[in-house]
Amino acid sequence: MIKKILFQSIFFNFFFLKEVFAAENGGMPQLDPEFWISQIFWLTITFGFLYLVLSKFILPKISSNLELRKSQIQENIEAAEKQREGCEAKLKEYEEIIFKSKLEAKNIFKNAREKVIKDINSKKEILDKQIDDEINDAEKEIETLKNVAAEKINKIAIETSSDILRKLIGTEINNSSISAIVDDLTKKNKDKYYGS
Amino acid sequence: MAANPMTQFEVYRIGPEIKIGTFDISFTNASLFMIVSSLAILLIFNLGSKRKSIIPNKIQLIAELSYSFVAKMISDTAGSKAKPYFAFIFSLFMFVLFCNMFGMIPYTFTVTSHIIVTFMLAAFIFIGVTIIGFIKHGLGYLKLFVPSGVPMVLLPLIVVIEIISYLSRPISLSVRLFANMMAGHTMMKVFGGFVISLGIVGGWLPLSFSVALTGLEILVAFLQAYVFAILTCIYLNDALNLHH
Repeated sequence: MIKKILFQSIFFNFFFLKEVFAAENGGMPQLDPEFWISQIFWLTITFGFLYLVLSKFILPKISSNLELRKSQIQENIEAAEKQREGCEAKLKEYEEIIFKSKLEAKNIFKNAREKVIKDINSKKEILDKQIDDEINDAEKEIETLKNVAAEKINKIAIETSSDILRKLIGTEINNSSISAIVDDLTKKNKDKYYGS
Repeated sequence: MAANPMTQFEVYRIGPEIKIGTFDISFTNASLFMIVSSLAILLIFNLGSKRKSIIPNKIQLIAELSYSFVAKMISDTAGSKAKPYFAFIFSLFMFVLFCNMFGMIPYTFTVTSHIIVTFMLAAFIFIGVTIIGFIKHGLGYLKLFVPSGVPMVLLPLIVVIEIISYLSRPISLSVRLFANMMAGHTMMKVFGGFVISLGIVGGWLPLSFSVALTGLEILVAFLQAYVFAILTCIYLNDALNLHH
């Protein structure tokens, strides 16, 4: 229903429009020369005025402002570039310093190490000597002790054997005869006990 | 349909009739909108160029963007030789653009929908470009009509065609702008009339059309100003750098 009304009205409207156009004999007002001169005159005045003011006063200002901004940006870029270069130089300097100090540190470390090694070596030598001396002393002592020990063992052997014999037999036996036997045994077994 | 869609283009006197000799130069609604457009342009660009700050505010940005837009357009189409004509093309573009845009406001008058206005602009451009061409190249400017690399047999025909196309430049330039403006505004008026006559029931369809047309017309208003300016640049390019 609504659709029908719509189409009908559009249809009628076109008819109506046609009638209007037909009724209006003038057609386009643009083609009516009545105000052509006036329009040309005012167009010349307004456009001429617009052109003069824009070209003489306004556009140079905008242009100079744009130039100003451009040059300012250029300047800033240049300044930034310069600062960057400065930064790079500084960075290089720092790196050099760090490199140098690293080298120095290495040297110091090396020296210290050598010194320490030297110290250790000298101390070691002293200690070695001491140890050697002590070992020698100890060996000597052992040697003497060894010699003494044989005699002592003999004595002990004599004493123990005289004791044992006394207990076994009940009478005193002459120590000299026992010691003769022990000496004899010792001599026989010397290689067995103290074999070197 | 209440009103004829063409009545919006009627020119009428505002104030008394002014005559110089036999010429009627009365102040009309067309004159009013020419002045309004010019003053609007001057106002915006004056405000936009007043403060010289490195970081622009909004109106300064508008002015500067328009400046660089037109500058780029000219340097792209006509090269660096066209720099002295920058101010003219800038004013031309802005004038046409503002006249078109003011025409988009309801109940206003569209200056550029009148063939006499656009034809005057186009004729001025045509004559100016021709004069520039002859000043720059002397009679060598006539080489424009003789394209290189054309066989001798075809040459007379080509020259005639070239001359006709050259002479029809002001007509095509002016009619393009005028016809676009007039057709668009007539369409909008017709659809506006449909809204009234179809009423609350069927009026929605033409209303939505009207809304879409308004957007389209704003686009056309900008585009036609741009086309007008860029064609001027191309003609200027022909005159400055003879390519043929």
